[in-house]
Amino acid sequence: MIYPCRESMPERRLQAENLHLWRGDRHVLRGVRFAVNAGECLQITGGNGAGKTSLLRTLSGLMYPEEGTISWCGSNIRRDMQAFHADLAYIGHEPPLKPDLTARENLRYWVGVRRRLTNDEMSRELGRLGAEQWSNRPVRTLSAGQKRRVALAGLLLMAAPLWLLDEPTTNLDTEGQRLVGTLIEEHLARGGLAVAAIHHELTISAAVIRRLELSSK
Amino acid sequence: MSTSVIETSSTGTSALEAARLVLARDIRLALRKRGQLVQPLAFFAIVTTLFPLGISPELSRLRDVAPGVLWVAALLSSLLALEFLFRDDAQDGTLEQHVLSGQSLTWLLFAKTVAHWLLTGLPLAVMAPLAALSLGVPAAALGGIIAAVAVGSVALSLIGSIGAALTLGVKRSGALLSLLTLPLSMPVLIFGARATELAIKGAGFAPPLYLLGALAVLGITLAPLAAAAAVRISLE
Repeated sequence: MIYPCRESMPERRLQAENLHLWRGDRHVLRGVRFAVNAGECLQITGGNGAGKTSLLRTLSGLMYPEEGTISWCGSNIRRDMQAFHADLAYIGHEPPLKPDLTARENLRYWVGVRRRLTNDEMSRELGRLGAEQWSNRPVRTLSAGQKRRVALAGLLLMAAPLWLLDEPTTNLDTEGQRLVGTLIEEHLARGGLAVAAIHHELTISAAVIRRLELSSK
Repeated sequence: MSTSVIETSSTGTSALEAARLVLARDIRLALRKRGQLVQPLAFFAIVTTLFPLGISPELSRLRDVAPGVLWVAALLSSLLALEFLFRDDAQDGTLEQHVLSGQSLTWLLFAKTVAHWLLTGLPLAVMAPLAALSLGVPAAALGGIIAAVAVGSVALSLIGSIGAALTLGVKRSGALLSLLTLPLSMPVLIFGARATELAIKGAGFAPPLYLLGALAVLGITLAPLAAAAAVRISLE
């Protein structure tokens, strides 16, 4: 199945309708609803345990809500999950990197499964993130912030229109946090969408950012 | 600021290339963590060496028990390696990324299982003749033993992949993995030991070998689907 809006950027839209999610006897998501259009970023806020990660995992299709629907470009994501995932880049709490592989090897195997990568592309994005100089070191020798930068290079290399980001600035220094804001802004300017669970303020224009506060009650 | 349009599908990786990457990655990782790679093989060698010490050094007696010894040791060795099949990938988020990759999860997990077989099943098939010789098996039977262990270990890897996927979310899953996998592996043990016994006697071992092949084909058809379903559930 081809999404009707795959070729036309302005119609890209992620919509959640009345999402209810239970984890055991805990009602984690209670009727969450929102819509994000191309060029917009939804910032999810809320205290610990409010369900930010659960919401992102539900939006990605990793978790099944007990009630409610998620649509991408007007189609329920359950109708063709594989096609939806081809349009999606998700970075969780921990960067999905193998400690015994170098940063470059990690990107080749992780992102390469989705799309063909060239060395030039990898160098460009690693350089963009300031990760080029240690890209041939095993990931186990990198600091948490350096690993996060490699993961963000992977995010750029995936070239997906929809970003779901769980605390993307964790472990980054001030300059790194600003860079995340710039990357999201550029992504939105290209017609992409982003949903980010993030505690502090993102350094992007207020015109393109919307907020969703989750309550932990 | 860049204004270029996001391309989503023009450079997509084919399913075959994606599987090749998963296979190559697992083999590379295993070669960098050699301890994990050698563990099942060392276990197989030690177990088969212990039997002559425990039973009798008499070759005729050892030859009689050789099929059972070889297959039980092979089964337990492959079980030892199964715990690692999906565990690291689940812990570091790689499995999540496989699910979200836009590729078929079934296909990617099949590639992982092939890598597992190449790293444990195939070396077991190569080591089996050495263990067989130490149990007094005649050299003429070695071809049949290699073939039986090679084909049987394919089935064991595939059956084991279901157990490994089902026990992903369980802490200290070793015992549960054994309880799930060993009963399903019984047909492989029966036909594998029968093929080995016939090869030792110099009789035709093709019928049980074909049945092992049939089990392997059944595993190829069903196990990756079951493993993918189990992985999805455990990631929820």
